[in-house]
Amino acid sequence: MSKILKITGLEKTYASGNKQLTVLHDISFEVERGQTFSIVGPSGSGKTTLLGLCAGLDSPNAGSVELCGQDLNSLNEDERAQLRNKEVGFIFQNFQLLPTLTALENVSVPLELQGNKNATKKSTILLEKVGLADRIHHYPSHLSGGEQQRVSLARAFANGPSILFADEPTGNLDEDTGEKVIQLLFDLNKENGTTLVIISHDLELAHRTQQILRLKGGTIVTNELTTVL
Amino acid sequence: MINSDTNKNLQIAWLFKMAWRDAKASKVRLLLFMASIILGIAAVVSIQLFSTNLKDNIQRQSKTLMGADFIIDSRQEPTERAQAIIDSLQPDAHEVNFVSMIAFPKNGGTKLVEVRGLEGNFPFYGKINTQPTAAADSYQGSGGALVDATLLLQFNVKAGDSIKIGELTLPIAGALKSIPGSSAISSSVAPPVLIPYRFIEATKLLQFGSRKEYQYFYKVSDTLNLQRLEDKMQPQLDLEDADLDTHTSTTKRLGRSYDNVGKFLNLAAFIALLLGCIGIASSVHIYIKEKLISIAVLKCIGASRLQSFLIFLIQIAGIGIVGGVIGSLIGAGLQDLFPYLLKDFLPFTLEMHITPQPILIGLFLGLFMSVLFALLPLLRTWFVSPLEVLRVEEQATQEPRTLRILVFSTILIFLFLFAFWLIKDALYALVFVGSTVITFVVLAGIALGFIKTIKRFFPKHWSFTARQSLLNLFRPNNQTGVLVVAIGLGTFLISTLYFTKDILLAKTEVGQTTKNANIIILDVQTEQRDAVAKSITAKGLPILNNIPLVTMRMHSIKDKLVNDLRQDSTRQVRGWILNHEFRATYRDSLIASEELMAGVWTPKLKDGDPVVISISDNLAADANITVGDPVVFNVQGVLMETTVGSIRQVDWAQMQLNFTIVFPEGVLEDAPQFNVFTTTVPDEASSAALQRDLVATYPNVTIIDLRQVYSLVEDILDKVAWIINFMAFFSILTGIIVLIGSVRTSKYQRIKESVLLRTLGAKNTQILQISAFEYVFLGLLGSMVGILLALVSSSCLALFVFKEPFVPSLIPFVVFLPGITLLVVAIGLSNIRTVLRSSPLEVLRREG
Repeated sequence: MSKILKITGLEKTYASGNKQLTVLHDISFEVERGQTFSIVGPSGSGKTTLLGLCAGLDSPNAGSVELCGQDLNSLNEDERAQLRNKEVGFIFQNFQLLPTLTALENVSVPLELQGNKNATKKSTILLEKVGLADRIHHYPSHLSGGEQQRVSLARAFANGPSILFADEPTGNLDEDTGEKVIQLLFDLNKENGTTLVIISHDLELAHRTQQILRLKGGTIVTNELTTVL
Repeated sequence: MINSDTNKNLQIAWLFKMAWRDAKASKVRLLLFMASIILGIAAVVSIQLFSTNLKDNIQRQSKTLMGADFIIDSRQEPTERAQAIIDSLQPDAHEVNFVSMIAFPKNGGTKLVEVRGLEGNFPFYGKINTQPTAAADSYQGSGGALVDATLLLQFNVKAGDSIKIGELTLPIAGALKSIPGSSAISSSVAPPVLIPYRFIEATKLLQFGSRKEYQYFYKVSDTLNLQRLEDKMQPQLDLEDADLDTHTSTTKRLGRSYDNVGKFLNLAAFIALLLGCIGIASSVHIYIKEKLISIAVLKCIGASRLQSFLIFLIQIAGIGIVGGVIGSLIGAGLQDLFPYLLKDFLPFTLEMHITPQPILIGLFLGLFMSVLFALLPLLRTWFVSPLEVLRVEEQATQEPRTLRILVFSTILIFLFLFAFWLIKDALYALVFVGSTVITFVVLAGIALGFIKTIKRFFPKHWSFTARQSLLNLFRPNNQTGVLVVAIGLGTFLISTLYFTKDILLAKTEVGQTTKNANIIILDVQTEQRDAVAKSITAKGLPILNNIPLVTMRMHSIKDKLVNDLRQDSTRQVRGWILNHEFRATYRDSLIASEELMAGVWTPKLKDGDPVVISISDNLAADANITVGDPVVFNVQGVLMETTVGSIRQVDWAQMQLNFTIVFPEGVLEDAPQFNVFTTTVPDEASSAALQRDLVATYPNVTIIDLRQVYSLVEDILDKVAWIINFMAFFSILTGIIVLIGSVRTSKYQRIKESVLLRTLGAKNTQILQISAFEYVFLGLLGSMVGILLALVSSSCLALFVFKEPFVPSLIPFVVFLPGITLLVVAIGLSNIRTVLRSSPLEVLRREG
């Protein structure tokens, strides 16, 4: 299997007053194409920072990130954005839907950015798949948390991504709703053959992925394959 | 694979689509941004249209404004040489005019008027507008007088009644409504009375000492080069104390004067627009700040920096264009108001047309200024990191310092260029931009200083609601600065207007008590002196002054003949000195409006003493003479050698008789002279009785009732104030819209806070009090700063421009301060109603 994500010697430091704070130290790992992968660790372990670097939302101080065969260090911000639009999908803990756009418009945006003329049609189908056929013209503020996260799921899969990053996808949902969303996520992932990278506190959720990377204090504690539940 | 060009087009279309989608959800806020600039643009467009129309009208009505192709005029009976020149050019009409008293025998009413004795078919262009219309053509033949229409109304006199001018009584042929070359204001002091020239002699008013003007009107072929004629004849006429004016030079002069008015109005409109733009900048700043996460999301899912920037640029450009269109339409509608506002100041009827240029300027201003002022907050979209979707980093969205400096510099350069384009003077444009920036900086500085002071000396013992409202003033995203600037600027404008009007009126005010003179009787001949004095005292009125006047001209200055100086292009003497007929007096002491600046005051001379005179400071400057310099006067044919003995500073604005040249006693007593009396009358009736009696017995004397002049000045100032208030209205209304916009911008934040406070147990009344207190602080601070700035600027005006002591009126403090504060509180609280109704769920959903 080919590698879709290859992280080598990643370092990230932030300035905190006069001091330099190292958030990530010498991180290296690989994710296979089509694999489900989770990154777990306590608060402050550097999970979100690592996600940002893996998806090209931020640049490392040292080391390299190779995403879908492209070295992110060699790309500028707009080129990275183009790569994300083509290859990457996102799901966020607090959904991050555009509040001024309807559910349908939110899902259409990645497709429209690609210049897809069938954006509305494809988005409608996706929203139907996530069970929101009757809510497509609603604004996010008129949707429940679970509905918003389902819109977010539809948006993440809209551009047919090769890899999907999910940051605490159930963090803002109750247990039942969270379970439904996760089930939908895995179903869609399977259907589309997407690589799935989940960041979570939830070990139970992590154990539903094929590989778990444990972080603590900015370094890798373990990186092991799991027996998928 | 999608074709790259199609893709490109689709992306541009998508940008507009995204801008529209986002705008739909923020339409109220965007409409308020737009409203901020609409009035400013409307003001600029209406004034631009008005100025264009004014120039066009002046150009088109050039000949009608003068009534002739050119005029030769002289303030004295033309000299033999001047008359030869005048005759050689073959005048088509001529007139003599002078100021005199008239009486209406029907009811005994008397009034100071300008008598114009006209012969010939003047005007050659335009017409004399009379009621009945035929009177304009028939008065010459029938031997009647055309009397100012307002004057007839005032005295309840009509055509067919008679008018007594000096010794002559004529029938009134009609009411004179307008005549080319004079405006309502110019004829309000001495309304015109037109009579055939042949009757002038019979009035017996052209006596010694009376001020008069001879005018010769010419109509020439269109092919004659008037400029060449003026260049050729003017130097010759100058030598003879006469003047040639062509219709083109007169209209140019007229155009320049109205141009100045136009410049002032333009700048006032520009301030309103500027205030609106600052409102936009401030609101867009908050607007974009709230959009940062959405922008990060867009970048996260693949939008480029340029696309993210363009989405919001399109929105702002869109509101700029729509604002420009609406503003231009309102401006085009408003321009019809200006002829109405300025009708008393214009010597012709304005025909208004819509021209494309001002409309295009309005559109350009709407687009360019809204984008320019929103550019800094818009640029933040470029620098938003997609990482902010995961965590909000305030620092990450700061645009580079150099870019900020570049944007600020561009704004200042644009302001300068636009001001320069408006007033066509680089220095004034610089001063205007400088003072505007200083005013804004002072207002913003005081707002920031106030916030810092509150932070430093926070009143911890105050009640919860009062403390909370103070905290609101320096919360993140607070609008304290922009609100204080908007409120302060509006208050500053209206307070300055109010204070200035007060200063101007105080300056012209004559005592309503009997201590000060309020009646001036001019042109009293030597042989009438004692009888006139007796008439005044017989009515129980005091003679406050009896001032002798002697007319003279300068013959030589510092041993240089005036005739030589006229031809000397390097002379340092102002032209008017060389042609002016001075009216000098003699007395032994200074008067209240005078102050000795240099030299020694000589009260009296004995026979044989060298003659020393006292001159006013402006004469010393214009004639370039000082103490010790010799000046020879031509006193009605007799040359008199004098030396400047002292220089006086004269306050010309004081309503009393002031003189440029004062002789000591013992020199001019035997020279041909006439007298001026001043007295005081207790009321209107006494004034009318005195005027009636004097005019009946001494028709040549001229009587000025200062109280009428005062009310006239007040009336003119009221009209000017009306125009200024009208312009200030744009700024004030824009300030209110900016205020509403700012309040509205902070609405969501207030909803969040009120929900949090209610969750913590606060009652609705407490939330209401917090907001009310906050707006009371803002209203008080803004209006107080505005009034204090107005006090400073008015004091400077009083001290340096009007040179008058300034006693500030309490009106701005007792009316404007609470009034504006209440307005601010009302606007602020109108926002709270929906805030109080918001449920916590709504907030949580939005937060989600």
